[in-house]
Amino acid sequence: METPAMNRDACGDLADEAHNRRDSATVKVRIDASSRGRAKAAAKLNLKAEVKELSFYYGDYQALKGINLVVPEYKVTALIGASGCGKSTFLRCFNRMHDLYPNNRYKGEITLFPDAINIVGKKVEPLEIRMRIGMVFQKPNPFPKSIYENVAYGLRVRGVRRRSMIDDHVEHALQQAGLWDEVKDRLDKSGLDLSGGQQQRVCIARALATEPELLLLDEPTSALDPIATAKIEELISELKDTVTVLIVTHNMQQAARVSDYTAFMHLGKLIEYADTETLFTNPGEKQTEDYITGRYG
Amino acid sequence: MSAAAMPDRRQLGTIISRNKLFEGLFALVGLLIVWIAVLILLALFINLAIDGAPRLSWAFLFSFPSRFPEEAGILSAWMGTVMVMVVTALVAVPLGIAAGLYLEEYAPKNWLTDIIEINVTNLAGVPSIIYGLLALGLFVYEFDMGQTVRVAGLVLALLILPVVIVSTREAIRSIPYGIREAAYALGADQWQVVSQHILPYSRSGILTGMIVGLSRAIGETAPVITIGALTFIAFLPPSPIQGEPPFINFDWLASPFTVLPIQIFNWVSRPQQEFHLNAAAAGLVLLTMTLLMNALAVWLRYRFRKQIRW
Repeated sequence: METPAMNRDACGDLADEAHNRRDSATVKVRIDASSRGRAKAAAKLNLKAEVKELSFYYGDYQALKGINLVVPEYKVTALIGASGCGKSTFLRCFNRMHDLYPNNRYKGEITLFPDAINIVGKKVEPLEIRMRIGMVFQKPNPFPKSIYENVAYGLRVRGVRRRSMIDDHVEHALQQAGLWDEVKDRLDKSGLDLSGGQQQRVCIARALATEPELLLLDEPTSALDPIATAKIEELISELKDTVTVLIVTHNMQQAARVSDYTAFMHLGKLIEYADTETLFTNPGEKQTEDYITGRYG
Repeated sequence: MSAAAMPDRRQLGTIISRNKLFEGLFALVGLLIVWIAVLILLALFINLAIDGAPRLSWAFLFSFPSRFPEEAGILSAWMGTVMVMVVTALVAVPLGIAAGLYLEEYAPKNWLTDIIEINVTNLAGVPSIIYGLLALGLFVYEFDMGQTVRVAGLVLALLILPVVIVSTREAIRSIPYGIREAAYALGADQWQVVSQHILPYSRSGILTGMIVGLSRAIGETAPVITIGALTFIAFLPPSPIQGEPPFINFDWLASPFTVLPIQIFNWVSRPQQEFHLNAAAAGLVLLTMTLLMNALAVWLRYRFRKQIRW
């Protein structure tokens, strides 16, 4: 359980933490075993999710090795690391994407608050998890339908029929994604007719339209040009007022710009987790330092 | 070793022009072959048209066969073809799409599905006469369904089923995985993904496969002869729509029938030259039907491609 450099109470007082990093690293947050107790503890800490000893297997291959992490509510948490370190695999555990393919296996827990259900638990319905947690993928993947239908799809899946309600949600989501003014006159045009950056913002709007509790972003700007990337990064910073964001990125500057907390992963293990400023200015681990200073990866 | 020296700068021009010569030669040969194929088809068509066109008339299309060549027509033949095609499409399309969908989206990957896959592909290569023998033994004798429209429809459906299955699978496979994941990530269940995404996005490929299959079935003669289609039919099957309730009548399914290829076969096997001209005219009709179906397939593919490109 003891991962020395990992700040279990990463969501504590930031300034305090920056000064007494080494002390805070050893502080253990006591969390009751009962889910009610845990929910209470989490509420006090403002946690959205807590990962405990999470391992993941593609068949016989173990891709994640005992990960521990907390996801603070209404903050942006970034996952960084070299290609193949398991950060996308980790992210995809949060909405049970791995269930779509055979022979995948989870071990450990991801507890989602406020109701303290175990996301990767066998009894938990993946469909419910996916309705509560939104995801945006690396490559923009709008449906070959109209912009309106793209954004409305999550509501349709939930059986929402009332046109006025769908209209409202579509407009609001497109506004949140900063796309409303660009597309309000052509909502009936195909989502595929937009530029790459606009397509990705349609995908973000599509994920936001159903008011998810947690938004997963899997390298959302890796297929985009710098201007589109800047727009999306700005958007992410605005989003955290209303939604908790977990973002995977291979771009360290991006993590530094948009996130409040950063986790560094290497070969399926979580090496270090701290608030972003500390991790980038004063990393506790040699491996982290090597990575962020560009000595490998 | 030293003999294979790098060509120097002055030799590059010669090398490039030699490469260009080969390129030009290949393009020329390709063009020639394409034109040979097109010209052969054109020659066949013109030959048929010269022989058959004078016989084509409304009277020819709407008369029953006769022992007098100038009075004979193809009414029962093309009506039979249309009815058999309707049965074939109604059986083969839902079955083929369902099978393709199952194999692509639902089936677990194990040895059983591997065997099914290999066999589906193999079935496409089975000679059509074998299907005819199967239908004769199973549908005609065992199930006592008679030498009827429904048996012909069923056997041709079996014949084109592999084509429909394979084209359905390819159409489904061309949908990027990101689209499925996007839908699942929004909380859609498998049926919603299939019915709201997979099927709509693969319809052009599925439709193309269906039409290509049907245009193969329309010209098939062997299996239809094997099950005992009649060659001389001077009546129409009962109409599927009738004046009094219940307005719809399924007796036509159990009616004896003939189809265009059989009518053509029957006419060319007669000694009189006039019947050969009739055969050419009927061939022209059959060829036109096939070309129209293929044109429809091309048009549909073009239309749907314009809407969806990944």
